[in-house]
Amino acid sequence: MPIRRDKRDRYVEVEVGVPPEPLWVRCEACGELVFRRKLQENQYICPRCGAYFFLSARERIASLADPDSFQEFSTPSICEDPLGFSDQLPYKERVHRARQETGLFEAVLAGSARIGGIPVILAAMDFRFIGGSMGVGVGEILRTAMELAAQERKPFVLVVSSGGARVQEGVLSLLQMVKVVAAREALAQAAVPYIAILTYPSTGGVLASIGSIADVTIAEEGALIGFAGPRVIEQTTGERLPPGFQTAKFAQEHGMVDAVVPRAKLREELLRALSVLVEGG
Amino acid sequence: MTDEEHLRILEEKAAELRRLAQENGLDLSAELAILEQKIAELKRTVCEGLSAWGRVQLARRPDRPSGLSFAQALCDAFYELRGDRAISDDPALRGGVAKLAGKRIAILFHQRGMTPEEQRQARFGMASAQGYWKAKRIMEIAARLKLPLLTLINTPGAYPGVQAEAHNIAGAIACCIWQMLRHPGPTVAVILGEGGSGGAVALAAADRVLMLENATYSVISPEGAASILWKDAKFAPQAAENLKLTARDLWALGVVDEVIPEPPGGAHTDLQKTVAAVREAVIHHFSELSRLSLDELLRLRYNRYRHVGSAGAPN
Repeated sequence: MPIRRDKRDRYVEVEVGVPPEPLWVRCEACGELVFRRKLQENQYICPRCGAYFFLSARERIASLADPDSFQEFSTPSICEDPLGFSDQLPYKERVHRARQETGLFEAVLAGSARIGGIPVILAAMDFRFIGGSMGVGVGEILRTAMELAAQERKPFVLVVSSGGARVQEGVLSLLQMVKVVAAREALAQAAVPYIAILTYPSTGGVLASIGSIADVTIAEEGALIGFAGPRVIEQTTGERLPPGFQTAKFAQEHGMVDAVVPRAKLREELLRALSVLVEGG
Repeated sequence: MTDEEHLRILEEKAAELRRLAQENGLDLSAELAILEQKIAELKRTVCEGLSAWGRVQLARRPDRPSGLSFAQALCDAFYELRGDRAISDDPALRGGVAKLAGKRIAILFHQRGMTPEEQRQARFGMASAQGYWKAKRIMEIAARLKLPLLTLINTPGAYPGVQAEAHNIAGAIACCIWQMLRHPGPTVAVILGEGGSGGAVALAAADRVLMLENATYSVISPEGAASILWKDAKFAPQAAENLKLTARDLWALGVVDEVIPEPPGGAHTDLQKTVAAVREAVIHHFSELSRLSLDELLRLRYNRYRHVGSAGAPN
């Protein structure tokens, strides 16, 4: 669970490996060795410098849903490795490893839950699973979740943590952007509210589809919000990135999000929005 | 000698013969006819045998006909609409209202620019946030006026720049996809050259998606995939192959409805012929779609995209 920001408030790329659950974790922002239990108690925020570590999908859901209210949906039937893709590693092998490392079927976990007693459909993406990327599997899980939300008239809440479309599924990944927007239209047709929570990172094809068209959009402090990653921008355009570029605050200043809240206040903020949006809530 | 080199030599010979015939008043038409037939055959084998990477090169040729030349040649009349009504006007993504075979349509197309100055301004067809906000505006006009929507796609991708981010390019692309899905009328997308990532899919959520024979459509450029997955850009040809980005591969995957053949040698060798083929295909698909009721049209469109990649789904 590596840290994602350096001392100058810019993001650093870190290889995502197996979390071997060591007792101590080093904060790459301030260099402090933090006792893992202490980090957990502090909601994965460095107690010394306040830097955000990212949350796994299960940790995220536990932090938002009422205790024991989350009921995971069954996994969808999808076409695995539709292109028969291989790079330095066969794609099937990458998926297999990601499943072992995360205990998840795909880069998003979805189910029904209650938040402050309000029934919702809740989905959280997991950055550890191939960068939280969206391929057919993620597209299917999100579509099913949204269609069920529309049918049962429960608000849909999505926590984004994704680098974008999954390269190894080619154009089929690109078309998942269309798929999730089509399912979002089903929510609109049923007049069911949709709340997006943007965290580290919300970029690429996920931001350019389902991440940007919620009714209410909340950014977590420490989020990275942008279409193109900082490195791509620098390499393609040669532009120097201004300080604070693509942070939650930047998104708020440019009118892209309704609120920026610290991790500890996220559930409270979500509940406040939900209770206004839901009739009788 | 490769087929390409052989082809170049034959073309030089043909040009020489033509020059000789003209200068000396000789009748070399028999010889020329034989030579030209050989050239045509060779062009065909060159094109058919092209690797995915070869087609990427062809799709990116600077002399490949531009969106504007297609739009002008396809339509009987074209009235351009400019500006996104909030920030500015992006020359990389253009559009307006037009008449196609006597019928009103709305049209959107990427413009890579034909002169160096145009190319600089249009950033080689990489549209920025303003381009996609304008596209959304034109889609909304089309919806109000109940016009069929035609999009012509040719972009390396949406522009990754600081200003693009400040103007919410991701939101603009998402809104274009959403608006296309809701469009109350037939929609046809044609990928003319490069169909690069989010910048392409923003205009491709259509009832019918057609591709020129040498066009490409991909989630990422082969160079990008190579540098992310192989950590080395020289694996781009391999990435191009594995990404299944050619028109035929995508047709086989069910992503594309029709592959429109190009003249031997590629679209740039004969704009008129290419336009005629595109025009015929577009009119054919619009006329098929126009027979559906609006409910049926939207139902089929949703189903098309709801099931992309699901196991056992009708592709």
